[in-house]
Amino acid sequence: MRTPPSLLSLTIDSAVINLSNITDLSPLPDHILIDLFLRTLRAGKLTERVLKLFIATGKDEVHSLIQALNIQVIVTPVLPTKIKDDEIDIVIGAVSSDMTAFMNEWRPIFSRFHLIIVKDPDLKEELKIPEGFNLDVYKKSDIDRMVGSSTSILFSGYSCRYFGYLVSRKKYIVSVDDDCLPARDNKGFLVDAVAQHITNLRTPATPFFFNTLYDPFSEGADFVRGYPFSLRSGVKCALSCGLWLNLADHDAPTQALKTRQRNSRYVDAVITVPARALAPISGINIAFDREVVGPALVPALRLAGEGKFRWETMEDIWSGMCVKVVCDHLGLGVKSGLPYVWRTDRGDAIASLKKEWEGVKLMEEVVPFFQSVRLPRTATTAEDCVIEVAKAVKEQLGSTDPVFARAAGAMLDWVKLWKSVGSSSSPPGV
Amino acid sequence: MATSSAKPTPLLKDELDIVIPTIRNLDFLEMWRPFFEKYHLIIVQDGDPSKTIRVPDGFDYELYNRNDINRILGPKASCISFKDSACRCFGYLVSKKKYIFTIDDDCFVAKDPSGKDINALEQHIKNLLTPSTPHFFNTLYDPYREGADFVRGYPFSLRGGAPTAVSHGLWLNIPDYDAPTQLVKPLERNTRYVDAVMTVPKGTLFPMCGMNLAFDRELIGPAMYFGLMGDGQPIGRYDDMWAGWCMKVICDHLGLGVKTGLPYIWHSKASNPFVNLKKEYNGIFWQEKAIPFFQSVVLPKDCTTVQKCYLALADQVKTKLGEVDPYFIKLADAMVTWIEAWDEVNSPGGKPAAKTPNGTS
Repeated sequence: MRTPPSLLSLTIDSAVINLSNITDLSPLPDHILIDLFLRTLRAGKLTERVLKLFIATGKDEVHSLIQALNIQVIVTPVLPTKIKDDEIDIVIGAVSSDMTAFMNEWRPIFSRFHLIIVKDPDLKEELKIPEGFNLDVYKKSDIDRMVGSSTSILFSGYSCRYFGYLVSRKKYIVSVDDDCLPARDNKGFLVDAVAQHITNLRTPATPFFFNTLYDPFSEGADFVRGYPFSLRSGVKCALSCGLWLNLADHDAPTQALKTRQRNSRYVDAVITVPARALAPISGINIAFDREVVGPALVPALRLAGEGKFRWETMEDIWSGMCVKVVCDHLGLGVKSGLPYVWRTDRGDAIASLKKEWEGVKLMEEVVPFFQSVRLPRTATTAEDCVIEVAKAVKEQLGSTDPVFARAAGAMLDWVKLWKSVGSSSSPPGV
Repeated sequence: MATSSAKPTPLLKDELDIVIPTIRNLDFLEMWRPFFEKYHLIIVQDGDPSKTIRVPDGFDYELYNRNDINRILGPKASCISFKDSACRCFGYLVSKKKYIFTIDDDCFVAKDPSGKDINALEQHIKNLLTPSTPHFFNTLYDPYREGADFVRGYPFSLRGGAPTAVSHGLWLNIPDYDAPTQLVKPLERNTRYVDAVMTVPKGTLFPMCGMNLAFDRELIGPAMYFGLMGDGQPIGRYDDMWAGWCMKVICDHLGLGVKTGLPYIWHSKASNPFVNLKKEYNGIFWQEKAIPFFQSVVLPKDCTTVQKCYLALADQVKTKLGEVDPYFIKLADAMVTWIEAWDEVNSPGGKPAAKTPNGTS
């Protein structure tokens, strides 16, 4: 039985949550101030304003802490994680031009990392990106120059993000749609989506047997009775799919029917999607091990009426099925669940439904296909696997709808592109 | 499309039995009284039949001890375990209801994160009365829950789901760990309330714990045999695991669904890990052989009922796992005996098994 927290501790926790209402910290005794400072750091809530509040108290200990932790006024909250920042690229496909709110909201989490921003080639306006980030921006001209007309792949709309995956040279990629903001967990703390994704990727997945207490590698959990010991080391996790609060990733018919439904349920779990089980893996909030499965995320299925809202695309669902099939074949894992992002309301489901409903129909063909596709033992890399899947798509689905024949072609093009542009040793310049 | 219902969950008080195995006492029922009082209980008393187990006043119940089991099943009683909670499956056998909820006598009412008492039975009923989605995983978990739905990309042809045969609940406080894990982490407590129900996909096995479990007896009852454990057997604490593997294979074959997740109960008692280790010892090794067996077993197409599936499975257990240890040959025979007993007791002109109810509300 754990000792319940003291009244003081509860008060400090409450202060952390209500920092935005506090204007003066100088009345606080030193030891409480330090405790508050450390808990603020840990909660990821050290914004510029809050830092100034602490500095304004004039207390020496606060100053020593700030110096020791090397906190600078251009905010970088020091979070105790084991991430090696230089192993990660954050790739954002910019479908809207004004990225100011997006970048500023993500600043406490993103500012440590290198970012690749890919501008949708169809976007006319200039991108507005605030200062203070380490980033590379790729526009239509860069895409044309590096990839040119050599490919049938169109990096337009949401598919522009794949260009970022192609040119990155890091081990891990975290990719979030530009209409998503950091979410808050059940305790009100900001969710560090990057840290959670990386944790997911760095801990084993358990696809061969379902653990009823979910991710056995998360703190406070383990394998349950009846879980075979030989399967407890798990396999490498290649893909981490996060979820969404507020505007969940429903299709247009569903959202049109339930116009006011918003997802408010924060499910505190990460689970491995079992082997051979398929799921619609949304591209809105994902991270993956680029070294291992990069080529398997394919910008291939382009709907005839594809648009600039997720309701008007299926490219990520196709890509996700492909990745899952490849992972199952190669003995890799896919996790789903945390982290959550907050997806802002955007667009009109009914308008999207009127414009594009092909995607919903096509899934009836897509799912049985991926459920039945089998890859030969000779396919031992992600590239090999993609080529095999493309062949199967052409044979089995090519005659059903021209969109599939094009997808098969795009998948083969993608593998070629990956070999020429995606794996060269020199980092691509802007 | 999933429809969220704002309708109250039906009580099903005349269609559901609560089966409780006990060897100690039933004091825990007091805490469950507000939730259980309307239902009929089937108490299976393990251990010494001469001991009297007192049932708290006001509950409507039937109680069976070893003498009753022997009397009702005759020679077939050999398939019911002694000195192990596996004996609970006798309760499933004699029940006349459509649904069963089973719970251990060291499981209490848990609280959700808002501090409210969790009505575990109500959640199990919700789980059983809504479809499962075994053919395609929904990343937003149970789409039939209020506030949830299917995600983009989920084929509409699969949104009707499959009938739910089993609802597997979880536990806060003492988690269901095996003995080695208990020894290494004696102080670990499950404090994470995961607000989700999900379907275990087709083709995927899981460890089914019998502490907090509900199922549709009409859909899957005969598959819920909890095996030969306890006194005189080389293994214990694998009864529910065995039932779970058999059940899942049959559900997959018949197109039925299994849900896991909510509801939570509060598990209060951590059993002695050294005693557990002795009981589980063989199981830990045998499960390494049993799992690949269950993962690869194929049931013949003409097995269209649970009983037929179960008998086909028993046959394969005998031939394939019999080589691992003679215990499995005994177990396979017991599986057949179980089905014979089930059919005998549950056939229209079958032997009346139920005693007159001991207690009336």
